[in-house]
Amino acid sequence: MTLDAAIGAQLGGLELDVELTVRPGELLAILGPNGAGKSTVLRAIAGLLPIDAGRIAVDDVVLDDPARDVFVSPDRRPIGMVFQDYLLFSHLTALENVAFGLRARGTSRAAARARAGEWLERVGLSSHAGHKPRQLSGGQAQRVALARALATEPRVLLFDEPLGALDVGTRSGTRRDLRRHLETFDGMRILVTHDPVDVYALADRVAILDAGKVVQIGSIAEVTAHPRSRYVAELVGTNLVVGNIVDGVLLSSTGAHVVIADALPGPAFAVIRPQAISLQRGPTVDTSARNVWAGTVGDIDRLGDRVRVGIDGRLPITAEITASALESLDLHPGDEVFASAKATDIESYPS
Amino acid sequence: MSTAAPPHRGRRRGRNQRLPAPALFLALIAIAFFALPFIGLLWRAPWSTTWRVLGDDAVRTALWLSIKCSLWATGFAIAFGVPLAWLLAQVEFPGRSAVRALCTLSMVLPPVVGGVALFFSFGRRGLFGQYLDRWFDFRLPFTTWGVIVAQTFVSMPFLVITVEAALRQLDHRYEDAARTLGGSRWYVFRRVTLPTIRPALIAGAVLAWARALGEFGATITFAGNFPGTTQTMPLAIYLALESNPDEALILSLVLIAVSFAVLVGLRDRWLRGATGPAA
Repeated sequence: MTLDAAIGAQLGGLELDVELTVRPGELLAILGPNGAGKSTVLRAIAGLLPIDAGRIAVDDVVLDDPARDVFVSPDRRPIGMVFQDYLLFSHLTALENVAFGLRARGTSRAAARARAGEWLERVGLSSHAGHKPRQLSGGQAQRVALARALATEPRVLLFDEPLGALDVGTRSGTRRDLRRHLETFDGMRILVTHDPVDVYALADRVAILDAGKVVQIGSIAEVTAHPRSRYVAELVGTNLVVGNIVDGVLLSSTGAHVVIADALPGPAFAVIRPQAISLQRGPTVDTSARNVWAGTVGDIDRLGDRVRVGIDGRLPITAEITASALESLDLHPGDEVFASAKATDIESYPS
Repeated sequence: MSTAAPPHRGRRRGRNQRLPAPALFLALIAIAFFALPFIGLLWRAPWSTTWRVLGDDAVRTALWLSIKCSLWATGFAIAFGVPLAWLLAQVEFPGRSAVRALCTLSMVLPPVVGGVALFFSFGRRGLFGQYLDRWFDFRLPFTTWGVIVAQTFVSMPFLVITVEAALRQLDHRYEDAARTLGGSRWYVFRRVTLPTIRPALIAGAVLAWARALGEFGATITFAGNFPGTTQTMPLAIYLALESNPDEALILSLVLIAVSFAVLVGLRDRWLRGATGPAA
């Protein structure tokens, strides 16, 4: 009893090749940069975009399988979707919006309105039943959209950037609400987002999508601890080095040497936390740090008392130091600088 | 979409009031250009004979025929024009722009040319009309149906271009949302697409109706000028102009009054929203 999707599709310049499985009660987040194909995956699962290759099945019922010429139209799929801008029908009231799916499936007007009323109550909007969408705030509109999608009792619920249209002030409150309402849904859920905070707050597992491919999938702890793409490394704010390990030394694709303790030989990723890196003005002679890389100072970003210093060189890397350290070193963009890190502070894993 | 409205409201009102003087001058000339002919008509109207003319059975027959035929023509324009607009707006097919040009050609043609074309196609000896006659014993020319066909021919393009423009501006994600909620294509078209384009549909229908009501050239060419069956108001006015100009004047005023009442009645409510998507 799962959602199994193998999606192959060609859309404009994007070649989508994605394989996902979601279990009941689970929320899988799809995280990725703009244009990675996240929304396209949802549209394919919902049936709004027929796939070119692969197979989509919910609870072993095949919904899309071009090889066997099976395609179930979106209105016949047990799938609900919450869209980015909610897409509430502006000529209908909140209640009529929630009742829409039931009416479309042949429920009588009175029964549909009664059920819609219950759903509105569940999301705490009974008092807004008669309001038109333009009279609702962004958070309220989102709850109506959620109630509308849930009212048809789908097995799978898809969210396309459900918080993307909200301003920062209301986003966290709405995210909490969403989490609370989602806990009562026992079906399979997929959430598409480009905000890692959504992933931490709502998801059980995360799939990282880049240029139409899943580059990593797993629990949030796994993915953040062992990023396998520069995109994820940047999201969690760490340095990722890709290369090949020989005799405890990783030779990066950019030609830098990184000495790593207990490293297994072979192609590998190495994570160097920015906090583990120290900066010096001159080359250090006596130090326990096995790694010293020369470079020039790039961007300097202040985050309160901490400062992130980007270093350009054979090993492009970001260091995090204190504001007072920056001051005493008197670093400015373009200055020559040496970054060092202990071999025991660097973690590596096979790629 | 809606939250940004209040801060702009005051500014928009201010902008309304500050039309540059030359533009205002030209706008006033335009208003005068439209108003003066009607003032001239009202000035010359033989008010003393008005009631006698309006009481005339022939006049009432012509007015009733005009209203009846124009409403039928509007109905046909909606029934066939909306699907046509849908096809032109949504479906990509080879030669689409040629088809669009063909379907709006009657808007720019002199109506007499349209009437002649109809006559040679659907007339009793026309390319297609002869079969209507032979197989179904059905004749269009010189019948009330002929009037309706002629009016539909010239008025439908107004509806098609208005509705097509609205369909092009439509945000199709709303239809997608309705599909995921379980709506069949037909249900979604009725419950989401049509309500969204309703202002444009009404505006297009009014334009088509107004065009049908005023139809003259195609009607007289294709359907002739028989009182009671094909003589609509414009035809009656044209005929009266030669025999009894006073009557022509009064009939013109009646036609103006009917059209003006409809335009004023519908304009504020519907025509304004015609260009944008439904709020």
